[in-house]
Amino acid sequence: MTLNYALFFILAAIAIASALGMLLSKNAVYSALFLILNFNVVAIFYVLLNAPFIALTQITVYAGAIMVLFLFVIMLLGAEQTGRISSARWVKPAAYSLGIILISEILYIIFAQTGVIPDAASIAAEFGSPVTVGKALFSRYLLPFEATSVLLIASMIGAIVLTKRKS
Amino acid sequence: MLPVSYFIGLAAVLFAIGTLGVLIRRNAIIIFMSVELMLNAGNLAFVSFARAFGLLDGQIFVFFIMAMAAAEVAVGLALIVDIFHTKQSIDIDQMNSMKG
Amino acid sequence: MNFSDLTTILPLITLVGWAIILILVDLFIPAQRKGIMAMLSAIGIMISLVIAICQFGGQTTAFSGMVVFDGFSVFLQILFLISGLAAIALAYDYIKRQGIERSEYYILLMFSLSGMTLMAMADDLIIIFLALELLSIPLYVLAGFANPRLDSEEAALKYFLLGSFSDAFVVFGTALVFGAARTTTIPGIIAAITVGAANLILLMVGAALILIGLGFKVSIVPFHMWTPDVYQGAPSSVTAFMAVGAKTAGFAALLRVFMAAFNTLAVDLVPVLWALAALTMILGNITAIVQGNIKRLLAYSSIAHTGYISMVLVTINQSRITQHAVGAALFYLVAYAVTSFGAWAVVITLEHSEGKGLNVEDYAGLGRKYPALAAAMTVFMLSFTGVPPTLGFLGKFYIFRAVLEGGYVGLAIIGVLTSLVSAYYYLRVVVVMYMREGEPLVRKEFWLSSTIFMTAIATVIVSIFSTPLFTWASKGIMFIPK
Repeated sequence: MTLNYALFFILAAIAIASALGMLLSKNAVYSALFLILNFNVVAIFYVLLNAPFIALTQITVYAGAIMVLFLFVIMLLGAEQTGRISSARWVKPAAYSLGIILISEILYIIFAQTGVIPDAASIAAEFGSPVTVGKALFSRYLLPFEATSVLLIASMIGAIVLTKRKS
Repeated sequence: MLPVSYFIGLAAVLFAIGTLGVLIRRNAIIIFMSVELMLNAGNLAFVSFARAFGLLDGQIFVFFIMAMAAAEVAVGLALIVDIFHTKQSIDIDQMNSMKG
Repeated sequence: MNFSDLTTILPLITLVGWAIILILVDLFIPAQRKGIMAMLSAIGIMISLVIAICQFGGQTTAFSGMVVFDGFSVFLQILFLISGLAAIALAYDYIKRQGIERSEYYILLMFSLSGMTLMAMADDLIIIFLALELLSIPLYVLAGFANPRLDSEEAALKYFLLGSFSDAFVVFGTALVFGAARTTTIPGIIAAITVGAANLILLMVGAALILIGLGFKVSIVPFHMWTPDVYQGAPSSVTAFMAVGAKTAGFAALLRVFMAAFNTLAVDLVPVLWALAALTMILGNITAIVQGNIKRLLAYSSIAHTGYISMVLVTINQSRITQHAVGAALFYLVAYAVTSFGAWAVVITLEHSEGKGLNVEDYAGLGRKYPALAAAMTVFMLSFTGVPPTLGFLGKFYIFRAVLEGGYVGLAIIGVLTSLVSAYYYLRVVVVMYMREGEPLVRKEFWLSSTIFMTAIATVIVSIFSTPLFTWASKGIMFIPK
């Protein structure tokens, strides 16, 4: 019990710290690395929440493919130095007040929500395994699955259109 | 185990940090990364609810959101590279070729 | 899944399948003759349109409740598919003379259109989200299609960043709704609320986040900042498609989600929706006055029209007038679509390369040199203002009627007053066309001229026979399976 709490708070602290690191770094490469750390910590949460398949997807797709692409683009453009943080005078106060609203929203949620995650014994052993996820994807969620594939084709064509320059 | 609200609270904090990032950072790549952080927060909330309710649906949604994030990254980074080639800058404050 | 699931989404399957076939066909078309692709994609959309019309009538759900087939979805599908045809007609000559003709234009347009078609049928928040992505991602690329022209690239990047930002809101909102109702299907959410199983606070926060996300898509003030720049920078043919298609799809989602599922949250939501609608009408119309660029003017005008349509959302908890409210919104969307395509076609007719010919001043002398074109533009401007006998007038009439039936007199008054303000800038275009001397440069292109002709005729004729259309739109009331 206490171990659970300790683990949660340590991981949560790392997640929040890395998110803040992403937000505040002056160097875009550091930002990307902080975000990768954040994604990996969230992947650990997924494992703790009985979502092994999603956890692995998170690491391979998000932390692996997507963030490597980000780093690649940052290096390619030589855009490590990101310069000033904000521009117009009104932006910062507006942003911070929005942040405060969101934080109060969070407190609201925390007090509103009283459910406790049931013990592992209460759910099936194969909950979240690739087999069950796959079965759901190809039965109930067939249409969104196909829609995603169309989405990927469209974005592939889009990326080619944008980067192929006419000579 | 832990209350669900802890996980949702963490997700909400990450979401708020991401929103803040979009609003205060001016570099297109950093803004885009902040959006990824926000999506990630949504995913964490989905997985937590899925575990709390014993409903697999939440995990399936995360799968779709990841696929869509990948699609978005392909297009988004292509756009960023494209504009950098033309302008040598990805600072969105300098994107003011249009005036009203 | 079974056979009837497939037939229910047949228009969508046709569209996607045709687009994928066209990717392959494109290989065999020589580079100078890419215009063929426009014809081919138009044929695909027409087939899809015929199927959608044949399907008319009946109500059913498919794919385990992911999509629903009802009057609302058929009405919107037909509207989307006709918009797709109009968008191709607008693009055909324009992208050729702008030197950006590539066959991917039409393929991406078809993918975006399939996202909109999916949105019309969506009955699950996850489908709404995926449809939103499927329609947006090709639009991001289309907005930047004129690369390496800087304004087009900037428009694309701004649209992309704000678009993905708003998608993140939709994702988080959907997650909270899932946490509140333990499901994301709209009938499931309604059932959870009815039996009292839903956590109303979480639901409320989720609904608010979804409202913000969709508000960006339809450019409700204060989530409209991207609109003027994106509308101005994107190639005009893309802007027309974006202004009509993306906005209609956003409203399809807003109407479906808020009218059906979140109407029990009305006590908290209605004041917010009231304020947003009022703010959108006021700010859109007043800012439009000072615009000199016709594309920016139309962008602010489109924000103002968003305000008029979102007025109906304040009636979400009054089930006795839901039929009128949804009918009015759909009718207004049709009026807006017809008028917008006409107006944008005129803009494209006068646009030269490198963004010349886009100022209101460039329209001087149009009335004397090209009376037919000027007359058509006048019809569109009057329709935007809401002067009878045009579609725009009836659209506003039905909207105001629904809002008054709901008892929101104050909002209706704001609507009427802002319409009067809008007369100022719409009529300024007319005044410039007729009262000033000038040498407008106009291109005569077959598809553009026929689009202008047909939309101008439709704006007037349909308004005379509007009752059947409104009746049809009101029948589009959402079907909620028990």
